[in-house]
Amino acid sequence: MKKSKWSLLLTIVLVLSVFLSACSGGKKEEKANGGNGSSDGGGSKEKVLNLMETSEIPYLDNIMADDQVSLNLANNVYEGLYTLNDKDEPVLSGAAEEPEEKDGGKTWVFKLRDDAVWSNGDKVTANDYVFAWRKAVSKDTATQYSFIYQVAGILNADKILNPEDPMYNKTDKLGIKAIDDHTIEVKFAGPTSAKPYLKAVLSFPTFYPQPEKFVKEQGKQYALEADKALYNGPFALKKWEHEKGWVLEKNDKYWDKKNVKVDKINVNILKDEATRINLFETGKLDRTTISAEYVDQYKDKKDVFSTVPESSVFFLRMNQKNKALANKNIRHALDMGWDKKQLTDVLLNNGSVPAYFLVPSKFVNGPDGADFREKNGDLNKGDAKKAKEYWEKGLKELGVKKLDLTLLNYDTDTAQKDAQFIKNQLEKNLPGLSMKIKAQPFKQKLKLEENMDYDISYAGWGPDYPDPMTFIDMFVTGGSHNEMNYSNKKYDELVKKASSETDLKKRWDMMQQAEKILIDEDAAISPMYQRGYAFITKSNIKNIHNHSFGGDYSYKDWDVE
Amino acid sequence: MARFVLKRLLYMLVTLFIITSFTFFLMKLLPGSPFNNEEKLTDQQKFILNEKYGLNDPVPVQYFNYMSNLAKGDLGVSFQYDNRPVSTMITERIGPSAVLGIEATIIGTIIGLILGIAAALKHNTSIDYLSSLIAVLGISIPSFVFAGVLQYYVGVKLEWLPVALWDGPKYHVLPALSLSVFVIATVARFMRTEMLEVLGQDYITTAKSKGLSNLVVIWKHTIRNAMIPVVTILGPLAINLITGTLIIEKIFAVPGLGFQFVSSIQLNDYPVIMATTIFYSVCFIIVILIVDILYGVIDPRIRVAGGKG
Repeated sequence: MKKSKWSLLLTIVLVLSVFLSACSGGKKEEKANGGNGSSDGGGSKEKVLNLMETSEIPYLDNIMADDQVSLNLANNVYEGLYTLNDKDEPVLSGAAEEPEEKDGGKTWVFKLRDDAVWSNGDKVTANDYVFAWRKAVSKDTATQYSFIYQVAGILNADKILNPEDPMYNKTDKLGIKAIDDHTIEVKFAGPTSAKPYLKAVLSFPTFYPQPEKFVKEQGKQYALEADKALYNGPFALKKWEHEKGWVLEKNDKYWDKKNVKVDKINVNILKDEATRINLFETGKLDRTTISAEYVDQYKDKKDVFSTVPESSVFFLRMNQKNKALANKNIRHALDMGWDKKQLTDVLLNNGSVPAYFLVPSKFVNGPDGADFREKNGDLNKGDAKKAKEYWEKGLKELGVKKLDLTLLNYDTDTAQKDAQFIKNQLEKNLPGLSMKIKAQPFKQKLKLEENMDYDISYAGWGPDYPDPMTFIDMFVTGGSHNEMNYSNKKYDELVKKASSETDLKKRWDMMQQAEKILIDEDAAISPMYQRGYAFITKSNIKNIHNHSFGGDYSYKDWDVE
Repeated sequence: MARFVLKRLLYMLVTLFIITSFTFFLMKLLPGSPFNNEEKLTDQQKFILNEKYGLNDPVPVQYFNYMSNLAKGDLGVSFQYDNRPVSTMITERIGPSAVLGIEATIIGTIIGLILGIAAALKHNTSIDYLSSLIAVLGISIPSFVFAGVLQYYVGVKLEWLPVALWDGPKYHVLPALSLSVFVIATVARFMRTEMLEVLGQDYITTAKSKGLSNLVVIWKHTIRNAMIPVVTILGPLAINLITGTLIIEKIFAVPGLGFQFVSSIQLNDYPVIMATTIFYSVCFIIVILIVDILYGVIDPRIRVAGGKG
């Protein structure tokens, strides 16, 4: 009797170990995938990149893509009418030639390339565009990027996306029509000349075509696995192991494949920074971002280290529901009272630059070809002494000697250090101020901001389309992203006029004036920094450039020497 | 026995129902929506998105819908990964986590038992002190420190084993070792304490005086009796490891379940939160059942339902 019970225990252990060996045995078979990078190319000279992402692909469906991983993937495995080149200018890709303008610029007729095909050999047709665009504005799709159709001003997009409009969800009313197999006609709600960024917007993955027949065949399975999607871009997704990584291979059906230099890209999901650096050091990874603590270790290694500015700007919101913060002098003091350069150079240390502005530098050029920042420069830049003057004036106007303010913050380690630094600086430079830091989980922080239940908050904004307006219209009175009770009639007026101004020079000036009012006059926000990233990259990888909008990279241009 | 198991299974369903309901309402108290660009969405967009996922309904209605789908075995689809059924997300990711967890549990238990038994038998000798030192270190130093050290020295400096990734048996060694340290320490500590206590019992003296050999006394009377608390803690410990560990999986880039559970909570991915909670609960309840059955096997004095028959 007793023996049989012992044997039960033994059996359990045995079963477990069999299960165990079965599992590891299975893994053995699939290991030979040449993960050694460019070194194992040998005679065939296969060019291989070993890259990483920090998360699994949320969406392989380009229309659903709303995060950096998905957008970057879509930018490389699919293709739309335009694509961004290495200077971030839109160049023709799926469209064969620049559109023919009709109706005084309110209609564009595109001829499509007739050699563009899907990875199963089917031609990319005009209907594929019509299908995809209608899908993007449908309520059943409910993509978070549907608003980009409103940004582009496609006819009826705003009505189709408005649940209160009679035209709600009538996707066939969208301003796109297939004239024949290779011609599409796009209608806009207003003059296209008021939107100098329009062609760049059309390069966004939400505007890419989708093969209707295939998508319908796959139904709910569409784009859930590598073989459940068709590709018309420079690369095709070959293998996708969820949570582990994926493999891109040069798409040999791609019309411009002769200009694709890299044969294969292995992407691993690496969430831990030390791991990424260890893999880089052992040659298993070709490129990774690094954070401040590693920058000093690498910054003298010129052949691997680089920093790239990005177009996201971080700033302190000052909630004017708070009486003290409704005072202009107090706001000026809070903006000037801390050293922005020290924050970026010492704490962030990753290529971020101090911001005295809302519209980032190296983001877009105006009609004169000059950067937005060139004319507007640094706004509300001062020093501790000047800050103190403003501060004392403000306190006097408020009739108080002391102020208690709370800084609402992200709960990440780096944001905590940043906030601590700002608090120390402000308390030192502005006598009578005491500042508390309140770190909250991201979603909770958003909620507090939405309810305007905070004094000051550490916030950020990245562009949705390549135009200063994506930043500037955030602060119009009552705007859904204002969230700090800021209101200035002159500012509202300028934003409104600029939105419909067809004289691009005037439009540009108005936006610059608006930014000046926001920061120089009103000190509505205290800009902190324009984010940058520090990278280490294997020195044999060439032609890397990043986009300030849409997918981060075009691997088509990259090369391995 | 069969009646006992059946009764326990019934309790299990009740427990699961309570856990599921409780989690559902707790989860709905989390701030924010499950949409990742929430700060950029307009009210119109929020309405459309909520409509698509049934989030405009009152919470009790959502609860009822969820429970009726659950009864049909439908766990829903994820928000982070649109349209992807939550059940496949779990089955895809549980493999590596389970393999790693089982490996760590087996390595940890074997080494822990050896250390614990050796320490108790050689009480107050250098072996005992060494074993206790290992146990204290293993419990007090977090596993990610071991993981980092192993990764750097064994992976980067010596290049004996891969730094990270998950491509075959040799990729298992470092993460499994890092995970097993805590198991080793826990098992060794419990085993030592229990062994010492059992060794002082009257029946051991009796057994010895009956003239049984030392080996028989230790094997049949001491170790077996000392195993009870070890088995008790080993069950939940193993489940913790098998259902995925965030940090070790992150450090060694193991495509497991650990990260998913944590990120689903941060992102309010409701169906994934629910499914992983249910999955974890089921595993836990089953293991407790197995542990209860094992008690009887190890120590005949504990007979769960036998007495009433």
